[in-house]
Amino acid sequence: MSSAPDQDVLSTGPAGTAGNVLEVRDLSVEYVMERGTVLAVDRVSFDLSAGEFIAIVGESGCGKTTLLFAIAQLLVPPAAITGGSVVFKGRNMVGLTDRELAAVRWKDLSVVMQSAMNALNPVKSIGAQFADAMRSHGVASKAQIADRSAEVLRMVGIDPVHLKSYPHQLSGGMRQRSMIAMALLFTPDLVIMDEPTSALDVVAQRSLMVQIKELQEELGFAIIFVTHDMSLVSHFSDRLMVMYGGVVAEFGATRRVFDEPLHPYSVGLLEAFPSIRGPRVPLTGIPGTPPNLVSIPPGCRFAPRCPKVFDRCEVEPPELYEVNGTLVRCFLHEGKGWSNE
Amino acid sequence: MSDPAALRGGAPGPGAGNGGGALPADARAPVDSGVPSAQAGTGPLLRTEGLTRHFKIGNALSRRNLHAVDDVSLTIGEHEIVALAGESGSGKSTVARLLAKLYKPTSGEVYFQGRPLSGVRGRREVLRYRGDVPMVFQDPFASFNPVFRVSHGVQRSLKLHRPELSAQQRREEAERVFTAVGLTPAAEVLERFPHELSGGQRQRVGFAQALALRPKLILADEPVSMLDVSIRIGLLNLMANLRDTQGVSILYITHDIASARYVADRLIVMYAGHIAETGPTEEVLSRPRHPYTQLLLSAVPDPRAPLRVGAETDRGEPPKVIDPTPGCRFRWRCPLAIDVCHQVTPPLRELLPAHSAACHVARADAETEAFR
Repeated sequence: MSSAPDQDVLSTGPAGTAGNVLEVRDLSVEYVMERGTVLAVDRVSFDLSAGEFIAIVGESGCGKTTLLFAIAQLLVPPAAITGGSVVFKGRNMVGLTDRELAAVRWKDLSVVMQSAMNALNPVKSIGAQFADAMRSHGVASKAQIADRSAEVLRMVGIDPVHLKSYPHQLSGGMRQRSMIAMALLFTPDLVIMDEPTSALDVVAQRSLMVQIKELQEELGFAIIFVTHDMSLVSHFSDRLMVMYGGVVAEFGATRRVFDEPLHPYSVGLLEAFPSIRGPRVPLTGIPGTPPNLVSIPPGCRFAPRCPKVFDRCEVEPPELYEVNGTLVRCFLHEGKGWSNE
Repeated sequence: MSDPAALRGGAPGPGAGNGGGALPADARAPVDSGVPSAQAGTGPLLRTEGLTRHFKIGNALSRRNLHAVDDVSLTIGEHEIVALAGESGSGKSTVARLLAKLYKPTSGEVYFQGRPLSGVRGRREVLRYRGDVPMVFQDPFASFNPVFRVSHGVQRSLKLHRPELSAQQRREEAERVFTAVGLTPAAEVLERFPHELSGGQRQRVGFAQALALRPKLILADEPVSMLDVSIRIGLLNLMANLRDTQGVSILYITHDIASARYVADRLIVMYAGHIAETGPTEEVLSRPRHPYTQLLLSAVPDPRAPLRVGAETDRGEPPKVIDPTPGCRFRWRCPLAIDVCHQVTPPLRELLPAHSAACHVARADAETEAFR
C-alpha cells in the first residue's frame, strides 16, 4: 500500500483510479417517517478497486446494510438516496430506471443476502432459479444454461445433482453457497454480500469464508462484505470500514485497523470479543446503546459512550482525519496525519 | 443507560472475589458426572442420567426417528455456570427444554436436588419447579408482549409463583431484581414498554423475571446471540455476577465457544445429540481431546492470530441423526476415524481428572490432534 501524502486516501487500489470498479461519493440515505427524517447514511465516500475486498462492520442500526442497499440500488421507500453518487464501472447508478438496472444486476453486480432461505424461492428447484436468472439476461440455450449452472455449483463445492434440489432440501451452508454460486453465474465485477454467514455455525462459517476468498482470487471480482462480526473478516478483507451511527468512524487497511485501532469505538469493538486463546481478561464491552438517528447529537455521535470524551466532542462533529493512510473520525487524531485537514 | 452499573459488578472483573486474576472456573471444584447419589443436599443441583429425546418424523408409511438428544448424562452444581456448546442441530436447545420440563424425555431421567423430574406432577409442583428452574430465551424482541409495560411480566410471575406477597411487596421485589440486573432506576424502567428498551436491556429484563422467582438454576438459551457485540459482554458479566451475588447456577447454551470460555466454569460440548467432551472450561479448551472440539476451536476467528492455511480442510455436512446406526456420529468428518468408530458408539471416558471425551482415539497424554 502506497503512502504518498498526495494520494487520494479513499482509494488504495493497486491500479489507481483507473482500476476502480466502484466510486461512492458523499452518499446519503434518509428514511422519511412520521416522527421525522432519519439520516441513516451520512456522506459516505470510498473507492473499490478491481478485485478488492472491503468489509463494512458496525452494530445494528449503524447504517451498514442501508449503505449496501443504496450501492446496489435496492432501497425501497421510505428510504431514499438524498445525495451523492454511486459510480459503478464509470456509470452513475443513482437515478437509473429499473430496466437499466436489470441489465446490470446479476451480470456485472450481484448481491448475496443474509438469509438464503428467504432469498431463494422455496417452490422452485435451485436449477430452475439459476435458469431464470440466465434467461432474463438473454441466455436461451438449454445446454448452455445446464453447463454453466453445473459449473458454478461445482465451483462452490456442491455436487451438481443438487440443481434438482429444492432449497429446503439443502443445509444452511449449502443454501448460502448456492446463493453465491448464483451470484457468480455471469462472473460479475462486484459481489455485494450482506452477512452471508451469520446464520451458520462457526465451522461452516469458516469454511464459507475461505471458499469466498478462494473464488475471489480465482475469478477476480471485488467484494463489499457487510458484517457485525469484526473478527470474521480479519483475515479476509483488504480494507475495513467501521461505521457508527450512519457515518464512517474509521476506514483503513484491515490489518492496521486490527493492530492499531484509532477510533475509541473500534478499540471498544475489538475489546468486546472474548478471546479463545491467551489469558482470560475481564472485558467491559461498550456501555450504553447506539445513537438514535432521529435526533442526532450535535457533536460526535459516539460521544455519549466514549471513554475518552472531552468537551469539544459534545458540541462539534469531528471530520474524517487521516493518520498514516487510515481515516478516522475523532478529534484525538486531528492533525496527527500528514495533511488533508 | 443501565449498562454501566451492571458492568462494574461483572464477576470476571478485577474486584470479584479471590483476587485479581483468579477466575471463577478455578475457584470451583467441578462436580463430577455419574455419581449416583440420590440424596438431596449432598449431590449436584441437577443431574441427568441417560437423557434421551427422539422426535418422530415422516408419515405412517415412513416413520422415522430423529435422535435429537441421545444418552446425555450431565451434572450442574450449585453456584456454577455450565456452558453447553455445539452447532445448530446438536441438541443443546432440546436439552434445555427437557430440563425445563417442556419436553418429556423418551428415556432417561432428570434429577433436580436428587428428586426425579418424572415425579414432579400436578400444577403446584410443576409451578414450583419452573420457579426453581426458569428459562431465559434467545430473542429479546419476540419474548415480550409489546402492549404491556415490562413490569407486567415480573408482576404476573410473582403473583403466580409467590402468591404470599402483597402488592407492595411485589413492587419492591420487582425493583430489587431490576436493580440486581443493572436496570436502574428500577422504578422508572419498570414503567417502560418493551419497544422503549434496547435488546441488551430487554435481555436483562428476561434475567430479572427469572430472578424474581428466586431460582436455583437459570436455563439461558443463547441469551446473547441476538445482541450487538458491544452489548454482549455486559450480559455475560451479568451472568457471572448473578452467580456470585444471587447464588444461582446457570446453564449457558451457546454456539460461541469464546463466550463460553469467558463466563463458564465447566464446558459441555455436544455433537449430534451426544456429549462429545466435557470438563472444566479452561482445561477442555487448552487441551481439547475430542476431534470435534479441536475442529470447533480451529474455526473460531482470532484476529490476533495469523491465518493458518489448512485449518479449514473440513467441508463436512451435518451429521446423520435420523435413525442413526451405531458408531461415532462425528466419524464422517473425522480425520482420525478408525474401524471401530464405524461400529461402536464411543462412550464418554474420563481421560483426565474431571475431563471426559467420547472418542475411541483420544488419549489423555498423547496429542491426538485432528484439526489445528
